[in-house]
Amino acid sequence: MAHAAFFVVAAIAVVAALGLVLRRNAIHGALFLVVNLGAIAVLYQTLGAEFLAWAQVIVYAGAIMVLFVFAIMVLIPGKEETGPDPRRAWRLLALPAGALLFLQLIFVVRGARGGAGSGAPSVGGGVESIAGLLFTRYLFPFELTSVLLLAAMVGALLLARRRV
Amino acid sequence: MSAADLGIAFGRVAFVMLFVLNLGGLLTWVERKQSAIMQDRIGANRASIFGFRLLGLFHPLADAIKMLTKEDFRPARADPFLFGLAPFVSVFCALVAFASIPFGDVLRVAGREIPLQAVTLNVGILYVFAMLSLGVYGVMMAGWSSANNFALLGGQRAAALMISAEIAIGASIMGVVMIYGSLNMMDIVRAQGRLFWGWLPAWGIVTQPLAFVLFLTAGIAATKRIPFDTPEGESEIIGYFIEYSGMKFGMFAMADFLETVVIAGMTTALFLGGWQVPYLVPDGFRFPWGGAVALPHLLVTLLQVGAFVVKVCAMIFVMMLIRWTLPRFRYDQAMRLGWLGLFPLSILNIVVTGIGLLLWGGRA
Repeated sequence: MAHAAFFVVAAIAVVAALGLVLRRNAIHGALFLVVNLGAIAVLYQTLGAEFLAWAQVIVYAGAIMVLFVFAIMVLIPGKEETGPDPRRAWRLLALPAGALLFLQLIFVVRGARGGAGSGAPSVGGGVESIAGLLFTRYLFPFELTSVLLLAAMVGALLLARRRV
Repeated sequence: MSAADLGIAFGRVAFVMLFVLNLGGLLTWVERKQSAIMQDRIGANRASIFGFRLLGLFHPLADAIKMLTKEDFRPARADPFLFGLAPFVSVFCALVAFASIPFGDVLRVAGREIPLQAVTLNVGILYVFAMLSLGVYGVMMAGWSSANNFALLGGQRAAALMISAEIAIGASIMGVVMIYGSLNMMDIVRAQGRLFWGWLPAWGIVTQPLAFVLFLTAGIAATKRIPFDTPEGESEIIGYFIEYSGMKFGMFAMADFLETVVIAGMTTALFLGGWQVPYLVPDGFRFPWGGAVALPHLLVTLLQVGAFVVKVCAMIFVMMLIRWTLPRFRYDQAMRLGWLGLFPLSILNIVVTGIGLLLWGGRA
C-alpha cells in the first residue's frame, strides 16, 4: 500500500518535472513546477516529516511560485513570446552538467544507503526536533542564511529603485 | 484497518465536507436575506415549490438549477485545459482546507476514541494555511487562461491581494502558536479550555486580541469579498472570471463562500475557543461560583459540537455584516493596508508575545 502510493506520487513528480522542462509555454512550465513541489511534499509527509512537507507547500508552492507565475503573467503575456535564444550555444553545456549532477546524485544515494551512522543526525520530522537542531547545532548557518536573504532583499530594492 | 475504522474515517470526512458544502450553499441565501434586513427590504422570497416559499430558502436551489443549465461558454483563444481546471482548483482548495479544524473533542463510543476532526495532523494549522495559499492558483489560472486582458488584470489583482493577505494571516497566527505552544489545532483548542483567575476562559481573543483583529481583517481579504473585492468588482470594474458562465462561474462564487466558512472556522478554532463551552469540563459544567452540573459524555460532546457550529455561524454573520457595511477599498488602499498595516502589526504582535512569554514565563 505505502509502496504503491510512493510509486504513484513519484511518477507524478517525475512527469511534472519533465513537463516543466519540455513545455514551451512558461505559465504551463511554472504550474508543472507547482505540481512537482506538491508531489515532493507528499513524499515528505509519507516519510513522517510533516512540518517539512507543509512548510514546503506554504513557502514554495504557495508563496514563491505564486510570485513566479505573477511575474510571468506580467512580463510574458502571449504564447508567442519565445524568439530565438541569443545564447543558444550555452545549451550545449546542459548535457555534461546534467550528467555530472546525475553522477553526484548516484554517489550520494549510494553513500546514504551505507548505514544510519553517516551524514546528518537522524531525528524525527516533528517541529520540536527541527527547531531544536536549527536553534542549537545549526544556529550559525541558520543566522547566516537570514543575513544572506536580507542582502538579497536590499539588492532587489536597489535594483527596483527608480533612477532619479 | 477494520470496516469499523474505515466507517469512522468516512464519517469524520463526510461530516466536515457536508457541513462546509451545505453552509457554503446556504450562505447565498444568508447573504441576500441579511442584506435585505440590513437595508430594510424584504429580500429574496419569490422561489416557491407548490406555493411554499419558506423565507426564500428555495433560492439557492433555483440558483443551482439555473447555473447548471446555462451554456458553458469558452472563448476561442482560451487555454482549454487551464480554463476548465481553474474553477476546480479554487473550489478544491477551499473545500479541503477545513479538514484539520476540530469540531469537537474526543468522542468515546464502544471503547473507541474518535477525535472529532476530519484529519488528525500534528501541523494542522500549517495545513489549513497551505490550502488557503494554494487557492490563489485557481484565480490566477482563470485570469490568464481566459485570453482576455481584463481577466488577466483581475487575476493579477487577486494574486497581489491574496499574497499580502496571506503573509498577514501567517504572521498573525504565529502569536497564537507561541501562546498555546502547538501547531496541532486540537491541542490549541484544548489549551483554550483553561481559566484565568478561575473564571476567564483562556480563549485566543483574550490572550491575543491584536492578532484576532489582524487575522480577521486579513482573512476577509483572503476571501476576496467586499470590502476587498478588487479582483472581481462585479458591479463596475471587471474581474478574473469575466469569461466564465454557467456552473464554472458558480464555482468561483462558491469558492468565495467556502473560504468564508473556512476563515470563520479558523477564527473560531484559534481565537474563540473552538468547541469549548465556558466552564464545561468532560464530566459536566463546573461553575466558578461553586455550582456543578453532571452531564453524560454524549451530551457534553453534542454541546461542544453545537458550540462550534454556533460560533462559526456567528463569525460568518459578523463577516457578512462587514461585507454589507463597508464600501470597496481601492486597490492601492488594500495593498497599503496589507503591507504597511497588517504585516508590521503582526510582526509587532509576535515580538510583544515573545517578550510577554519571557517575562511571565511558560505558556498560558
